Amino acid sequence: MNAKTKLQNNILFIVLLLTAILFLFPILIVLVNSFKGRFFISDTPFALPDAQTFVALKNYVSGVAKTGFFPAFGYSLFITVFSVAAIVLFTSMMAWCITRVKSKVSSLIYYLLVFSMIVPFQMVMFTMSKMANILRLDNPVGIIVIYLGFGAGLSVFIFSGFIKTVPREIEEAATIDGCNPIQTFFLIVIPILQPVFITVAILNTMWIWNDYLLPYLVIGSNYRTIPIAVQYLQGGYGSKDMGAMMAMLVLAIIPIVIFYLTCQKYIIKGVAAGAVKG
Amino acid sequence: MQTMPKKYYVFFTLPTFIAFLISFFIPFLFGIYLSFTKFTTVTNSQWIGISNYIRAFSENRDFINAAIFTAKFALVSAVLINLFAFILALLLTQKIRATNIFRTIFFMPNLIGGIVLGYIWQLIINGILIKFGVDITYSANYGFWGLVVLMNWQMVGYMMIIYIAGLQSISPELFEAAKIDGANAWQILKGITIPLVMPAVTICTFLTVTNSFKLFDQNLALTAGAPAKKSAMLALDIFNTFYGRIGYEGVGQAKAVVFFLFVGLIVLLQLYISRRRELEA
Repeated sequence: MNAKTKLQNNILFIVLLLTAILFLFPILIVLVNSFKGRFFISDTPFALPDAQTFVALKNYVSGVAKTGFFPAFGYSLFITVFSVAAIVLFTSMMAWCITRVKSKVSSLIYYLLVFSMIVPFQMVMFTMSKMANILRLDNPVGIIVIYLGFGAGLSVFIFSGFIKTVPREIEEAATIDGCNPIQTFFLIVIPILQPVFITVAILNTMWIWNDYLLPYLVIGSNYRTIPIAVQYLQGGYGSKDMGAMMAMLVLAIIPIVIFYLTCQKYIIKGVAAGAVKG
Repeated sequence: MQTMPKKYYVFFTLPTFIAFLISFFIPFLFGIYLSFTKFTTVTNSQWIGISNYIRAFSENRDFINAAIFTAKFALVSAVLINLFAFILALLLTQKIRATNIFRTIFFMPNLIGGIVLGYIWQLIINGILIKFGVDITYSANYGFWGLVVLMNWQMVGYMMIIYIAGLQSISPELFEAAKIDGANAWQILKGITIPLVMPAVTICTFLTVTNSFKLFDQNLALTAGAPAKKSAMLALDIFNTFYGRIGYEGVGQAKAVVFFLFVGLIVLLQLYISRRRELEA
């Protein structure tokens, strides 16, 4: 029995190992090809670079120059960090307020926000981008307002779900001790909400960092984020510089992998928690 | 705190509420209105009734083709993703070495953005197809299966995490009792494991179907609808109708409303199913 289980587990281990290699394979292929000359990629993507095809960092140099990778990285970072900060701060405030104050207005706001989660982006993309344009929100600072509006649904939903489970006695004690609602929220409620802050921040970071269509429509003509920069390389059909494309894909993946490996525990937990609630 | 002075209520809710009005609510209402008008910018709209909706379906078959393609894709990818994710979750909850490392690897593609995913798989799929002298733009079938593979690669790890959580919530005594009663592995799977992870199955099915339905970035990057819009899904078809040529903005908006109703219907169905299951349980 024991020997049989051991054998079985070894077979399963090998199956998993092969699956894992299969999962990493696409990324490895892109990495390998990013060091090959641009004309040796499309036809023989599975060949390793040799003396004739190896070009060292040439693709990276041309990719970075063609797409403006460093500004794109800067815009992506700026927009993601400040949008996520705005979302966690303002939506937690709203969620606490409408969960604690039971009124018709509170439930109306809540249901409107939940409703916004199911509406596909294409439904509002045209009118929203025109609106952003009219209100002069079509820049990396203004887009934060747009992200706050779009992120509100899921974020308020997750915060509310958690706040409902927190007993209100602590907050009531703070009120009796003379805290006004603002002091109560920032001194008492925020520390309690900390684990949900992480969940909401991670879900929104993954969304905003990778988002393509919204920034393309709102700020795409003047500012390129990383996904827009990658898509920009596509250009007209046939004229694509495959070398630069490979290099850009690698550069786009690196920040994500670093982020993932540093906060892996929180990401997996956050994503699971977000999914169960969504 | 059942009530709050009005000024505090405004302080807490106003920032998010204004952003929500600007970026979602007003554009949403205005979008419904515009679907009944002819317009090129938001200020020159003329009421034309339902003719945009008629044009969306009758002028060419793009929208219907996209709807069929999307529905097929959502069905196939939801089934395959859930199957693979469940198998991986089962394996990773056994006593095997290094399950944490495997979990990390399987989940990773989920963090990569759709545009980047699309170009990664374009390279790989074209690299295989070139041996047969074609590429992914040759047939919509290649685009379809390309998207299925891509979507599996992206979402299997995510669904696996939800299934693992579901499996871990089953009490180990149940398995022990079944073993003592002489149940074999298949009977345990069928009689205990699968019925008890059904809530996770509902969540995962819903997530995979809605994500597949709304797919845009991956579709744009992998095939951009080639050949001849035949591999364009609903979201891409709507985008192309809007921004493809002037004079079709109203048709695009009408298609978007129909798309919204489709997605809304799926969500209602999901809510209905999970409510019913909760009542039964």
